[in-house]
Amino acid sequence: MKELLRVSDLKAYYQLRLGEKLRAVDGVTLTLHEGEVLGIAGESGCGKSTLASCLSGLFFPPLRYNGGEIILDGIDVIRADKQTLRKSILGKKISFIPQSAMNALNPTLKIGDFIADVMQEHEPNLSREETIKRAEERFELLSLPKDVLKAYPFELSGGMKQRTIVVISTLMNPEVVVADEPTSALDVSSQKQVISLMKRLLEMKITKSMIFITHELPLLRHVADRIAIMYAGVILEIGTMSQIIFAPRHPYTEILMSSVIVPEKGIRGRRLPLISGRPPDLRKRIKGCRFADRCPYVTEECKASEPDMKEVDGREVRCIHPLKKKEVEQNVII
Amino acid sequence: MSSSNNVILKVKELTKVFSSGRRKVIAVDHVSFDIHKGEIVSLVGQSGSGKTTTAHMILNLLKPTSGNIVFEDKDIKYVNKRAYWQNVQGIFQDPFSSFNQFFVVKKVLRDTFKILDKSFNNKEKDRIIVKALEDVNIDPDDVLEKYPFELSGGQMQRIMIARIFIIKPKLVIADEPTSMIDSILRANILELFEKLRNIQGTSIMFITHDIGLAYYVSDRIFIMHNGKIVEEGDAEQVIMNPNHPYTKGLIEDVPTLHKEWLLTKGS
Amino acid sequence: MVGLLYEPPSREHILGTDNFGRDVMVELIYGMRTSIYVGLLSGIIATAIGTIIGTTAGYIGKTVDNILNSITNLFLVVPSFVILILLSVSLKSRSLTLLALIIGITSWPWTARAVRAQTSSLKTREHVKMAKLNGENYIEIMVKEILPYMLSYIFMVFVLQVAGGILAEAGLSMLGLGPSNTVSLGTMLSWALLYEAVRTGAWWAFIPPALTIAIITFSLLYMNTGMDEVFNPRLRS
Repeated sequence: MKELLRVSDLKAYYQLRLGEKLRAVDGVTLTLHEGEVLGIAGESGCGKSTLASCLSGLFFPPLRYNGGEIILDGIDVIRADKQTLRKSILGKKISFIPQSAMNALNPTLKIGDFIADVMQEHEPNLSREETIKRAEERFELLSLPKDVLKAYPFELSGGMKQRTIVVISTLMNPEVVVADEPTSALDVSSQKQVISLMKRLLEMKITKSMIFITHELPLLRHVADRIAIMYAGVILEIGTMSQIIFAPRHPYTEILMSSVIVPEKGIRGRRLPLISGRPPDLRKRIKGCRFADRCPYVTEECKASEPDMKEVDGREVRCIHPLKKKEVEQNVII
Repeated sequence: MSSSNNVILKVKELTKVFSSGRRKVIAVDHVSFDIHKGEIVSLVGQSGSGKTTTAHMILNLLKPTSGNIVFEDKDIKYVNKRAYWQNVQGIFQDPFSSFNQFFVVKKVLRDTFKILDKSFNNKEKDRIIVKALEDVNIDPDDVLEKYPFELSGGQMQRIMIARIFIIKPKLVIADEPTSMIDSILRANILELFEKLRNIQGTSIMFITHDIGLAYYVSDRIFIMHNGKIVEEGDAEQVIMNPNHPYTKGLIEDVPTLHKEWLLTKGS
Repeated sequence: MVGLLYEPPSREHILGTDNFGRDVMVELIYGMRTSIYVGLLSGIIATAIGTIIGTTAGYIGKTVDNILNSITNLFLVVPSFVILILLSVSLKSRSLTLLALIIGITSWPWTARAVRAQTSSLKTREHVKMAKLNGENYIEIMVKEILPYMLSYIFMVFVLQVAGGILAEAGLSMLGLGPSNTVSLGTMLSWALLYEAVRTGAWWAFIPPALTIAIITFSLLYMNTGMDEVFNPRLRS
């Protein structure tokens, strides 16, 4: 499969007051192929949203580029001219669906007019009527009600607004869709509808691939083909969905997985892992493994130097002594 | 279980209508249920179901339009609010906004003593505060002189539970107490609620939208939808064998690890 | 009188002289004191009344809110400058303090409005519910849980009130209704206008006081931006 996005050793820091730097993304490497959904999971503050926001190659202060490479469909977006980036990449090659995207709808405009305004920016040659017609066709194709285009945002439910946003941001058939917690403000049934829509877009080949960022692992179980687990600015483990969800090798992934609570047999009465502490302060240089302070299997070696990514059993793990296959299975299926 | 002397709180036909001008919204619609001594129950509903309004009415922060709330055989309409709050307390969703950001933790916890009838001097208060913080696994020296924004969400929520350990109420209404806490720290908080129940015999009512959480922690579950309780019963029963179509749909819509969830393939 | 009528700036009189031949620089320095006094006093009065009424109306709500809101609206629709003029005319001697009082009492409604709006949004916060569950009474909650969150905002409103007070005094003085027997920035402008300083090109008689009013107002507002760090412990570190 064609490689659509390659991120290598990307570093993006927030410039704070007093010259301090917050190393939000501190050396991330990943790839995304055609037809693939890559899930990025981690706790709040792990850098997953920051990573998402840099993928277009545009860095908005206080966020600053600090090294690494992003190749988006063959284009080196870090070195590309920013003006052309905005014009030729946003919406066409890469499209974002941020956290509370539905609030981005202009409350004073009908959805159709809003779409026309937005598209004017990207396709100045297209007339308003043509744009609205194109949107109508897309709504029909996805079996969504066309009437939405004639409605004001306040007349729509939260789920419908978010689905509308999904349609708008994929109107130009982007190769990569980056969705950052697209459903965290919705109730479960709307969440299912929005995610079904995103999956359908992929199946219909309207979009080519997706990066799905969330803190909810059960969601990724159903959405993602591969999953990356982020912690304190780096990826600790990256592998296929079933490797990560059902047989994690990094102690952090294991703890993350066993703290999942879903309405399912065997959950009641299960002991949840008790770990304390919080992720390290990203303003300071971190020596050793970033999870060492909280890891139940920590050794002296772990604190000496930061472990590199290494291949274990078909996936990559940033750990000196990853969990063994057997104990992994015991810990997961209880 | 259902013998009446075991019931600590009885809610009868509780109704709340919000009206603005001519428009009336029935937020809570003739809701009835019991909570037993030492029981953990969950009131589960999506946003707009009326669960938070119900919680506020039980906490006596909001007056019902009609219906009764009976705590230990007395209608709370006729009970002095102070006396009621000595027995029924709350924990809210956002630990950061549960604290006044202008005060350090010590001051916040000392203020808690106002609700108690007995008066304490600062030394006695501090001794009880230290004990309560130890109960919730926090090193007092770490937090007492800190402002809320210097602490993590998990620490703050544990301090809110320390407050409960000081007041020792008989019933705690916990409104989404873990929804803003990272999942790997959630277990620490849930464990404390268990401890509260096991040590002090406290009854706990979780108000939540998270069905998995409700299933994990509760003895009984009430499912709320459009202001009404549509299904209630033993947690195992309600979640594994739901009867009401709404409950069935709700549980189907929650992604789990082993059941198929999205059925779009090929469509 | 130290000089002639409208002497231009010179070595003896840095900012020249006014229509009575008084040194403008001296007047300016003295007038500043007067204006700041009036501004501060009226600002304190207006902010105090506005904050008390606004917080009470916003927090307690319902009937109390309705009553206080009607009073506020009443004061809002009656143009305060008209009240000021009427009061000033009907009073025989107009001392500075009296003037400041009158300005303060007529200019609180906007503060009350703004504070009321802030309060009704702040009262839904969870720490306010927590304080209720601690058994705290209305006054404790207003003073401890709500006021601190508004302090930097109230200070900003206070600064605007001070600036407004200085301008109101200047406005009254320009109409000849200013304080009797004293010099303020406003009376200076008033004299300059009356004795045709603008037409005769005696800029030193009106530009310095006008500029001073602008600078005082500006510095108060500038101070306000720094005040956030004083009031908010989160920004202190």
